[in-house]
Amino acid sequence: MTRRTLAVVSAGLSQPSSTRLLADQLAAATRDELVRRGSEVELHVVDLREYAHDVVNNMLTGFAPAALREVIDTVTGADGLIAVTPIFSASYNGLFKSFFDVLDSESLVDRPVLIGATGGTARHSLALEHAVRPMFAYLRSVVVPTAVFAAPEDWSDGTADGALRARIRRSAGELADQIERRPPATGPADPFALTTDFLQMLGRGDDAPVS
Amino acid sequence: MQFGIFTVGDVTVDPTTGREPTEHERIKAMVAIALKAEEVGLDVFATGEHHNPPFVPSSPTTMLGYIAARTERLLLSTATTLITTNDPVKIAEDYAMLQHLSDGRVDLMMGRGNTGPVYPWFGKDIRAGIPLAIENYDLLHRLWREDVVDWKGKYRTPLQSFTSTPRPLDGVPPFVWHGSIRSPEIAEQAAYYGDGFFANHIFWPKEHTQRMIALYRQRYAHYGHGSADQAIVGLGGQVFMRRNSQDAVREFRPYFDNAPVYGHGPSLEEFTRETPLTVGSPQQVIDRTLGFREYVGDYQRQLFLMDHAGLPLKTVLEQLDLLGEEVVPVLRKEFAALRPAHVPAAPTHASLVAAAGGAKDSTVHAVDDVTGKAPEGATR
Repeated sequence: MTRRTLAVVSAGLSQPSSTRLLADQLAAATRDELVRRGSEVELHVVDLREYAHDVVNNMLTGFAPAALREVIDTVTGADGLIAVTPIFSASYNGLFKSFFDVLDSESLVDRPVLIGATGGTARHSLALEHAVRPMFAYLRSVVVPTAVFAAPEDWSDGTADGALRARIRRSAGELADQIERRPPATGPADPFALTTDFLQMLGRGDDAPVS
Repeated sequence: MQFGIFTVGDVTVDPTTGREPTEHERIKAMVAIALKAEEVGLDVFATGEHHNPPFVPSSPTTMLGYIAARTERLLLSTATTLITTNDPVKIAEDYAMLQHLSDGRVDLMMGRGNTGPVYPWFGKDIRAGIPLAIENYDLLHRLWREDVVDWKGKYRTPLQSFTSTPRPLDGVPPFVWHGSIRSPEIAEQAAYYGDGFFANHIFWPKEHTQRMIALYRQRYAHYGHGSADQAIVGLGGQVFMRRNSQDAVREFRPYFDNAPVYGHGPSLEEFTRETPLTVGSPQQVIDRTLGFREYVGDYQRQLFLMDHAGLPLKTVLEQLDLLGEEVVPVLRKEFAALRPAHVPAAPTHASLVAAAGGAKDSTVHAVDDVTGKAPEGATR
């Protein structure tokens, strides 16, 4: 049985948070889909709110405090990522962007990502397409075609099995497809790994070392 | 083991008084701090090099030459010399001159500089930071070891039959350290040449330093300079002390909270926990510093940052008294007792001369253009 890790990042600020609620539903649907296909799934849910100060400190000092470091390693080392943000002023909120700003820009390359958002009205829904998706395009992640937006009416009585549920199921299937196409993740990249040797850097492949 | 201080040379408002020193005051204060370092028995004074406000030390060898003339024993160094934007020819000349004037009391630490706008002022591009550091240093290394250099590279005009003068004192170039916070390429460079590697060890958690030093040690052995534990390692550090640790915390907090690099970010307590910064009693500084050895191994040089963030000169001099009188003597003894015999001490001019089989004059005398004759004893 293949073991897969799924990182879930929620940038909701209130508690309880509808952003977290959407993140949980996306996570559960993706996990169920992967399990149905025979994988074992480990879920790691991150409420960015708990790391808000650490994220700002990371921006100011250049390093992640230990607790945030652990979160970053979890997110950058997972097989798949579910990233959900509330829409503020026509885009992701600052906390969501700041978190992805402090990641190494190479750390999510080729990573399957499912994006989701919540907002006060359905008119914000395309922010997923004009703000969130391009950010992951910059990071060279593979964002699945179905992005999931939840407006207040999606949570209201009687619609739980409606359009939102269908989109969640479709997007989860797409994320599972992308995860399954890849070998299991080997954890976060080592930023101190030496990827070259000195003679290559010097442009002389064949010289002996100088003592 | 060598102990000393390194300074950034920043002109920063004292947050407790609102007063900002003039450049002149800051420059004189740096000199006073260096002289104090010798007086209290420290081994090394290293100055930064910067070419933009709020920093004053744009001309390190001028300052170090002046300090050399007013000290007897103090080793003069840099933290760091910009190997990217300086012409390696000028570095070779300036530091060889300083080496002669100070009778060998000089070494230097190469660094890239992380301020983007500085590079174009010197005709360079920060995106080529690593290749510049590699090419420039390789030329510098040759200029100090070969009397006549023919050279062609990417980043400066070619050299034909060039002799960098003066030749290094006693035929032995100054020892070089390479400093980097997180570029494995620089650890690799230091290892390749068998030079020293200096970890900033101030701004980042100890795990970073540990990884960088481990890589450097492993590559040092790979290139055949000795075993991994014989590689030459230096560490930075940052402390503020009062006899009573609560007094240290109370006095340092406003400087920490407003410090240019990490101010308005993490709390003093968080930063102390996450990085090697120690604010407390001399005994706490001793204990924390001895702990560095546990994650980098036996090392050769410990430099402390003491004079930043607007701390007034008087306070810095008091800190140096505590460092020199109470902290360093204990550290010297403890580190020496722990260091195995096969681990070398930090290289000095004397040790390098001895390793080279003795001093030899390396003056290159000019050849007469017309007769083609060189004076008696010319090496060319």
